[in-house]
Amino acid sequence: MRSAPLVSRKVRQAFVLWAAPLLFIGWFFYQPLLAIFKLVLQITLADGFTANLALRVGRPLLFTFWQAGLSTLLTFVVGVPAAYVFARFDFRGKRVLRVLTTLPFILPTVVAAAGFNALLGPRGWLNLGLMFLFNLSEPPVQVLNTLGAILIAHVFYNTSVYIRVVGSAWAQFDQRLEDAARVLGASRWRALREVTLPLLAPSILAATLLVFLFDFTSFGVVLLLGGPRFATLEVEIYIQAMNLFNLPLAGLLSAIQMLCTLLLTVAHARLNGGAAQLSPRVRGSDVRKASSLGERVLVVAVIITVLVLLVSPLAALGLRSFTRMEAERGERGEVKTGLTLAYYRELFVNRRQSLFYVPPIEAVRNSLIYAAATVVISLTLGFLAAYALRLRLRINRLLDPLLMLPLGASAVTLGLGFILVFNRPPFSAQNFPLLMPIAHSLVALPFVIRTLQPALASIPTSLRSAAAVLGASPSRVWREVDMPIMARAALVGAVFSFTISLGEFGATSFLARPEYPTIPVAVFRFISQPGAMNYGQALAMSTLLLAVCALSILVMEQVRLPGVDEF
Amino acid sequence: MNKKRSTLKILLVLAGLLMGCAAPQAGQPVQPVEEAPASTEPAALTVMTHDSFSVSEGIIARFEEENNVKISFVKSGDTGAALNRAILSKDAPLADVFYGVDNTFLSRALEVDLFEAYPSPLLEKIPAEFKPDADSRVLPVDFGDVCINYDKQYFKDKNLALPQSLQDLTKLEYRGLLAVENPATSSPGLAFLLATVAEFGEEGYLDFWKELRDNDLLVVNDWETAYYTNFSASTGKGAQPMIVSYGSSPAVEVVYAEQPLDDSPTASLVGGGMCFRQIEFVGILKGAKNRALAEKFIDYMLDVPFQEDMPLQMFVYPVNPEANLPEVFLKYSQIPDRPAVLSPEEISAGREKWIEAWDEVVLR
Repeated sequence: MRSAPLVSRKVRQAFVLWAAPLLFIGWFFYQPLLAIFKLVLQITLADGFTANLALRVGRPLLFTFWQAGLSTLLTFVVGVPAAYVFARFDFRGKRVLRVLTTLPFILPTVVAAAGFNALLGPRGWLNLGLMFLFNLSEPPVQVLNTLGAILIAHVFYNTSVYIRVVGSAWAQFDQRLEDAARVLGASRWRALREVTLPLLAPSILAATLLVFLFDFTSFGVVLLLGGPRFATLEVEIYIQAMNLFNLPLAGLLSAIQMLCTLLLTVAHARLNGGAAQLSPRVRGSDVRKASSLGERVLVVAVIITVLVLLVSPLAALGLRSFTRMEAERGERGEVKTGLTLAYYRELFVNRRQSLFYVPPIEAVRNSLIYAAATVVISLTLGFLAAYALRLRLRINRLLDPLLMLPLGASAVTLGLGFILVFNRPPFSAQNFPLLMPIAHSLVALPFVIRTLQPALASIPTSLRSAAAVLGASPSRVWREVDMPIMARAALVGAVFSFTISLGEFGATSFLARPEYPTIPVAVFRFISQPGAMNYGQALAMSTLLLAVCALSILVMEQVRLPGVDEF
Repeated sequence: MNKKRSTLKILLVLAGLLMGCAAPQAGQPVQPVEEAPASTEPAALTVMTHDSFSVSEGIIARFEEENNVKISFVKSGDTGAALNRAILSKDAPLADVFYGVDNTFLSRALEVDLFEAYPSPLLEKIPAEFKPDADSRVLPVDFGDVCINYDKQYFKDKNLALPQSLQDLTKLEYRGLLAVENPATSSPGLAFLLATVAEFGEEGYLDFWKELRDNDLLVVNDWETAYYTNFSASTGKGAQPMIVSYGSSPAVEVVYAEQPLDDSPTASLVGGGMCFRQIEFVGILKGAKNRALAEKFIDYMLDVPFQEDMPLQMFVYPVNPEANLPEVFLKYSQIPDRPAVLSPEEISAGREKWIEAWDEVVLR
């Protein structure tokens, strides 16, 4: 008799919690998506469907899985040890290094490609160094336009997902469990395998799913670094929709891509179902300096790997923005080489009096506004959804994958959907300034949910009950039990939604407003024209983007530092 | 306690940032209704275009003043993306005027009946070669040629003769020296493929590409990579002294040099049939709210001041022969004598199958 009202209260709770996230995602994601698919269906019925299925569907599908699998594996191999080192060990420069590892995430791919080119290109540092050392006349390393370039770039982009998501879980992991296993006679390896990893499994799985989906829907990296012989589903969708106007085929491809995302998400939920509970620790008392030789080797190896894979392309980019890069000038006198601030100075000059000149300060401001709005939107909705998911209702199993789908949706398709649906007031891009951060939040939200969820699940009910029994109100329980445990995960979510917004993504080019240019918009304007000054300014603007992002993340981490010893 | 406060603090700071910054945004709607004097409220004209569009502030300000109008621009990606946007929003047009559809995409726009005819009085000044649409649904504004750019220094150092025709490129002495863009992903890449179709015909172009491939042709996906990574004359100092770019690129190199140049490091190969001519059009969108002003704006675009502004803003050529070219164009930008030409209908009918066949022959 007593249980009936209890259930209905749970349902009521679920209803309240789900309302905002579902309305949001329904209106801003499923509505445009359904609109575009409806149109595609109409066109298909009217014009018929023509496509070489093996060539246009089979080949990209196979390649997409192949490269995403390989990329995720490599990212895992680099990312998990790095997460461990960042979570457990203290070393000099750790905070800065962690911020640096997050920066690749914000880079527009055209800029990342420039960074890789400065490093690995035919006249990149690596080749120049090798040619100098071994007296070669031809560049020995040909990485660009190979599968290798795609893999390296994916590791570059996504390692931070492991460092942040798994790292934050690892930092909260109760070291005493492992110690107990050791005391009971388990080897270090066995303790890791049988105690630590199973307990970390939810966050490792979540990070792997996120990384795989990012690789799976990869567009710019494959297009710019992989070259023309490789095409993922997303690349093929872009070609079919934008250049060949074959909407039926583009529609079919994006339906396949989303179906795969859905299956992966469901599989992930199944795998995650039986995961053990992680008992949280708020104080990072287990962070220490590496002591044994093995530990020191591990820490150094991780630092070097991170520096080479993640930081060096950024450094190459930054350095190039201060370096004169004039082409060979033949008979026109000697070329001045050396360092210069010319590209930065030129950013502030509207040399051609163009109506579309982008003042750097304004671009930085606009980018920061959009990013801050994205953080607020996706954290608010993410918290609601994470709590709703905690309620162990059957409907959750259905709703969870629906929330993840934006990660796997084709940006091109979604962008076209935006055009169809959001083209008149009050929701047109022209008079609804929030549309841009909302679009960014669609991609950021699954991320935030995936980082909050494991943290929330780790809070033992006993802890809450104890607080309640001792007289704490529900809101006080939330503030003093939930929040301290979730703060770390919330920060991870905030950093990622911030960076996702700063870097922008494909669908938003349809929503951009020339009067509010962002930093990536400015970068594209420069890099799409010839001339040393244009290229230099594109790199200078990108470096500015990196600096702004690094500063913002440092500030975000700083704000919540008091009270939490080590983060 | 501290932890809770500080988390709240971030949210508050972020919310504050958002509010503070959203306010001025909300205060600047597309039509600045409040700011205008009550008696002569400016009309609104919306122009949809691609990301490469640029114009001098003064040129637009003058039109706005003379006609008491406020122009807003809607930009969305490259030519294909912008055209897609116009087509998908056809039933509730987002703009009055669309600028930037080119002859490779023109048929697509005409098929879906995107534009209203407007036979501007200025059309008669424009040479017939730029006017493929007899019904004046679209009007030509500018043109540019997609040509192979070459590294002058490289050819001088190696004492190498310049290729005089497309067929010359298959000669052994140019082995591994050319990089082109993928026609499926790049607009200049497509234009160059079209040039080869025009030159060798539908029967012969694939044989030419086979020979090019055997001559170590390099293919990349986008213009940026070709120019900044592969081109030996750009700042990337790549491995290829010849890449597919624009006839005006050598002039742009001079304009945007880091230190003043007295000559361009690059030039274009403008032999017969080697370049493909891209013409860009403007049109009034069906259902435009302000047709009278749209007509005026199109006239303004075809008139001399706007036409003379375009070369240094977008590095294209004016179609109005009365417009004078800037000196840097006269000096460093070359116009081919006999550019390759295909009609928009031929392009529309062949594009997809040419690209697919090209893909099989060159990439697989």
